[in-house]
Order: sequence, then structure tokens, then C-alpha cells
Amino acid sequence: MLIYTFRRLLISIPTLLFIAFVIFMLLELAPGDPMAQMPLTIPPEVKEKMRIALGLGEPWYVRFPLWLKQFFIVEPQYWIDSTFGTNFADGKQRIISFQSRSPVFDTIAQRLPQTLWVVGMSYVVGVLIALPIGIISAYRQYSVFDQAGTFVSMIGFSVPPFFSGVLLIVIFSVQLGWLPSIYDTTLVVRDWATFKQQMLQMVMPVMVLALQTTATVSRYMRASMLDNLSQDYVRTARAKGMTESVVVLKHVLRNSMIPVVTVIALGIPAIFGGAIITEQIFKVNGLGQLLILALQGSDIPMVMTITFLLAVLIVVMNLIADVLYGILDPRIRYD
Amino acid sequence: MPEAAAPVLDVQGLKTVFKTRGGEVHAVNDVSFSLRPGELLGVVGESGSGKSVTMMSLLGLLPSPPAEIRHGCVMFDGKDLLQVKPRTLRAVRGGEIGFVFQDPMTSLNPVYTVGMQIMEPLRKHMGLSKRAAATRARELLELVGIPDAQRRLDDYPHQFSGGMRQRVMIAIALACDPKVLIADEPTTALDVTIQAQILDLMLGLREKLGMAVIWITHDLGVIAGIADRVLVMYGGQIVEHAPVGDLFRDPQHPYTRALLKTIPTISGERAKRLTVIEGQPPLMTEAPNACPFRARCDVAFDRCAVENPPRYPVGPGHDAACFYNARTKGPRDA
Repeated sequence: MLIYTFRRLLISIPTLLFIAFVIFMLLELAPGDPMAQMPLTIPPEVKEKMRIALGLGEPWYVRFPLWLKQFFIVEPQYWIDSTFGTNFADGKQRIISFQSRSPVFDTIAQRLPQTLWVVGMSYVVGVLIALPIGIISAYRQYSVFDQAGTFVSMIGFSVPPFFSGVLLIVIFSVQLGWLPSIYDTTLVVRDWATFKQQMLQMVMPVMVLALQTTATVSRYMRASMLDNLSQDYVRTARAKGMTESVVVLKHVLRNSMIPVVTVIALGIPAIFGGAIITEQIFKVNGLGQLLILALQGSDIPMVMTITFLLAVLIVVMNLIADVLYGILDPRIRYD
Repeated sequence: MPEAAAPVLDVQGLKTVFKTRGGEVHAVNDVSFSLRPGELLGVVGESGSGKSVTMMSLLGLLPSPPAEIRHGCVMFDGKDLLQVKPRTLRAVRGGEIGFVFQDPMTSLNPVYTVGMQIMEPLRKHMGLSKRAAATRARELLELVGIPDAQRRLDDYPHQFSGGMRQRVMIAIALACDPKVLIADEPTTALDVTIQAQILDLMLGLREKLGMAVIWITHDLGVIAGIADRVLVMYGGQIVEHAPVGDLFRDPQHPYTRALLKTIPTISGERAKRLTVIEGQPPLMTEAPNACPFRARCDVAFDRCAVENPPRYPVGPGHDAACFYNARTKGPRDA
């Protein structure tokens, strides 16, 4: 298993390089001009100089390796320097955003906490709610609980966040006045009062997003449990005199988790992509918003870096899902 | 077997119904039988005759819904298993009554080791420590003839062949020294040489451990070799019950006779084709109010269509549910 993991990691290097190249060329081919938002009063020759100053005068086979070098060598050096106080980077050029002229990674580091708090939390909440719902729904198939679960999942699938989000704001912020409608990203948690405030402002965006996660994961969990509950080994476990909780939570659950683990693991990269619409509605300035603004402004380094980070996460999560597969199911051995 | 010994298991008037969308299916109808200590009771019948459903009803192993046990009583160890609390029933399952199922390929949990699956009932019913349970599990694997038992405890089911898996299933069923072992077509899914090995193993174990066995099969050849008494089932009811010798020498029910004719012989005419019983077993959509076999029966008459025959005694420990008296070649009186 260890060898397998190591081999997979090695294989993922060319995969990621290829992905980086494709993203880069797509952005290269895409229309859009980083200078488009400059005031019209700037003369064309000045604009041309600015373009060259951004490095856009160079051909792709110069800029792509440069980006690779900055991403894989320079940025880690800066990170090590800031962590351990060393001086590896030695003032080398970092990846700079066209829009803000500040290092891309600094901006991402600023936005990541918001996204992780809201979107990450909603994912955790969603999964934690979904698993028991899926298990109970399958165990008591066609019961009132199962019907209610199916109904909630249907809502989760069919109601988009721009509707449910606004609806929640109307009810809880406008009518009842219980929760703030705007997520205050400047809030620093210092004491109990600010912690409470942070929790309150998280409730609505987390609920909106958790509803969607719950809908998907609970359906997968239910289907997988149903598949396994009718298997012969379940009857064997009962014939051995095992209690229902052992039968369901030990024998059936572990078998049922095998496909669900993949669904959960592959959903994680989406967290880091941010939930663009939900972030817009609740004014959370997370990664999703950052990506949208960068796309609109043709901020190629920013788009390139965020997209590539997502690609890394997807590759890593795939690997983790496969390793978990092997741990849960002894029939799958990779060596 | 002494006739007088008190039965270890006594089933009276068992009736199991499946509720489906298309209506009810009466899978087991008023089945009564008893099992004496140490005897081997064979249960034969074609697919869908209610053999397995009967046995699973005894221990409440049928999923409910759709299954529903309408009435009956199953006396075991002074208790009615259909009335006891779930907790008591669980103590009987795997503890005092062991179960071996038909398909060893799917009857073991694929994600746990064989050792863990054998140790589970040991720890639960006998309260053994982990170490003691592991020792006992190794002994059990040796008992059922699995070589290199100690090492194989840590193997997963997919690392065993079909015959070896069935041995593991038998080890699980025997784990807690049960008084009764119910084997539901344990050799059907195995090829013939493995079948013979498993058969020998079961007979040897029965001799050694002295438990009573209920052996469900559709193979009369197997029954002839191992059983003490035989129940023949058809349409969810017992149509004939006899000591094994009497059944083969003097079958009284037309279905039993037909079944015996279907056994191919190697000494008979070579050109002779396989004998079949024409027709299909009935789908019991309502409680039987006529003989379920009448449509395929060669001696059926008017009465068979309006009344369900009770089990008439036809000899010592021998009864048959038929209005036709095979000895007098005419209708039975009353």
C-alpha cells in the first residue's frame, strides 16, 4: 500500500505538469486583455509598455516555465523564509497579480480562512448530517423518516443557493432580525462575544451550503446501505445472534462506506473553489469571489494559480480516496 | 434414535406470509414437525416449496416487512421462539442453534477477516476474552479441516475457495456448541467433489458433537445417505413425513413418488431420458383450500380441488397429506 501510494504520487507529477500546461494554454488562447480596464486616456504606446512590464511581451514558452519556477521553487522558498526566518528566496520575483500588483499567494492566504470557515464548515456539517440520515433512511426504508429525508434531499437538489440564501436572509435577517445578512470578514475572534458573533454570521451561509452537501451525500449513503442490507452476509450476522446495532453499524456500514468515501473525498476540492454564488449573496470575500474577479479582470497569474491549486487538490483527493478504498475493502490491494 | 426422547425443537402450525405489492404470498402453511436430540432430519422439495423460509421463520431471520409470521409456535428449550424477547432470540441464534447458508461466496462479510467473523459469536455468546476466542477459533478451523489454521485466521473471505468458505461457515455455526444445526442447502453451490467432502465433514462432526441437524436440500441422493427422517415439502406445506427407509421403500404421496422417479440411474436404460415432473410449483397467492399438487398429480380426483388434505398417518412415524391411498389404489375414507 505504501509503495502504491508512493508510485501514485510519482505518477501525479507529470499529470499535474500537463494540467498546468493545459490551463496555461487555455488562458493564453482566451480573449481578454489585462489592460482593458485601464483608463482610455492612457495612450496606446504607454499601454504597450505596461503590457511588456507585466511580462506579456514574452512568448508562452518563456512565460510558462517561469510560472512553473515561481510556483514550485520561489513561492515555497518564501513560505519557508516566513516560517523559519531563513533567507532562501533572496528577493526573487514572486507570482504577482495583474490587478492588485501584490503576490498572488498573499491574497490567497488572506481569502482562504473565510472560505474554509464557511464552505469547509458547511461541508463538515453537511456530511455529519447526511451520514446518519442515509443510514436511518435505508434501515427504515419507506418509513416517515425516509420519506422526510427524501423530501429534504429533493429540496437540496432542486433549490439553488441564490434562492434559498435570499429566502433565509428575508426570514432571519429582515423579518426576524436574528442573524446578520452580511458576513463581516474583518471580525477577529478575541473573546466570547466576538466568537458568538462569528458563529451567528456563519449560520446562514453554512446552512445554505450544507443543505446541498446533505442532499447529495445522504442519497449516496442510503443507496449504498440498501445495496448492502439485502446481502447474504447480513443474514449471516443476524444468524450469529449479533444485535441490530452491530449488524448495521459494523457489518453493513463499513461495506457501504466504500463508494461514499469517494463521493466525500472528491467533494473536498470544491470547498476550496469556494461556493461562488453563496459567497456573493452573503458577501463572504472568499476564494470563489477572488476567482470570479480575477477572471473578469483577465488577471492571468491569479486565475492560473487558483485553478492549478484546485487541480492539485483534485489529484490529491483522488489518491486519498483510492487509499481509503484499499483500507476499507481488503479485496482491493494495489501492490 | 429412541422414539420417546423429548424433542429438542418442536414446531406447531407455523404459517408465514409475504406481503407484496401484488398481494400476499403464503409461503409456509401450517407446518408442524419436531426434531429429536441428535437426529438428522432431511427436508426436501423443489425450489420455492418453502423449505428455507420455514427454517428462517423459526429464528426470525426473514426481513419483516415483507415477511410476517401469522401463527404457530416454535418450542425450543421450554420457550416459544416466536414469542420471546429479541434479546433471548439473539442468544439462541448462533448460540444454541447454528445456521449454515446455501451460498458460501456471499455469506461471509468481505471486509472482515475470517478469524474476526468466527470470534464474533464466541465473544458474544460464550463471553470469551479476545485471546481465548482466538484460540477457540483456531481449533474450530482445524475441526472443519482447514489447513494452517492459525495463519488463515487473518485472511479475508476472498482468499478462500468456495469449499473452504463453506467450511468457515460451518465453523461459525458450530462455534458455540449448538444443540441444533440448520443447514440450508449447504452443498448446493459447490461442485460435486467438494460436496462430498462437506457431506463427510458434517456427518463426522455430528457424530463427534452429537447435535441435531436439519438438512435442507433438493437432492434426494444426499438425503438417502445421511438422514434419519425426511420431510417432503410442497407448496409451503409438509406433504409426506417418514423415516428415511420407509420413504424410499414405500412412498405414499404422489409428489414423493414423482420425485423419486426423477433420480437418474446409471444402471437403467441408456436411451432413457431424464424423468421430469411436468408443470410448475404453484405460487401460493392465497391460503390453500385445495391440494397444492393436484394440477401436476396423476391420481388427483374431485375432492383434491375442494379440500386441502390433512396429514394421514400411514405407518409408524410415517404420514402423508393425500386423499388417495396408494396401498388400496383408491380414495381414502374420511
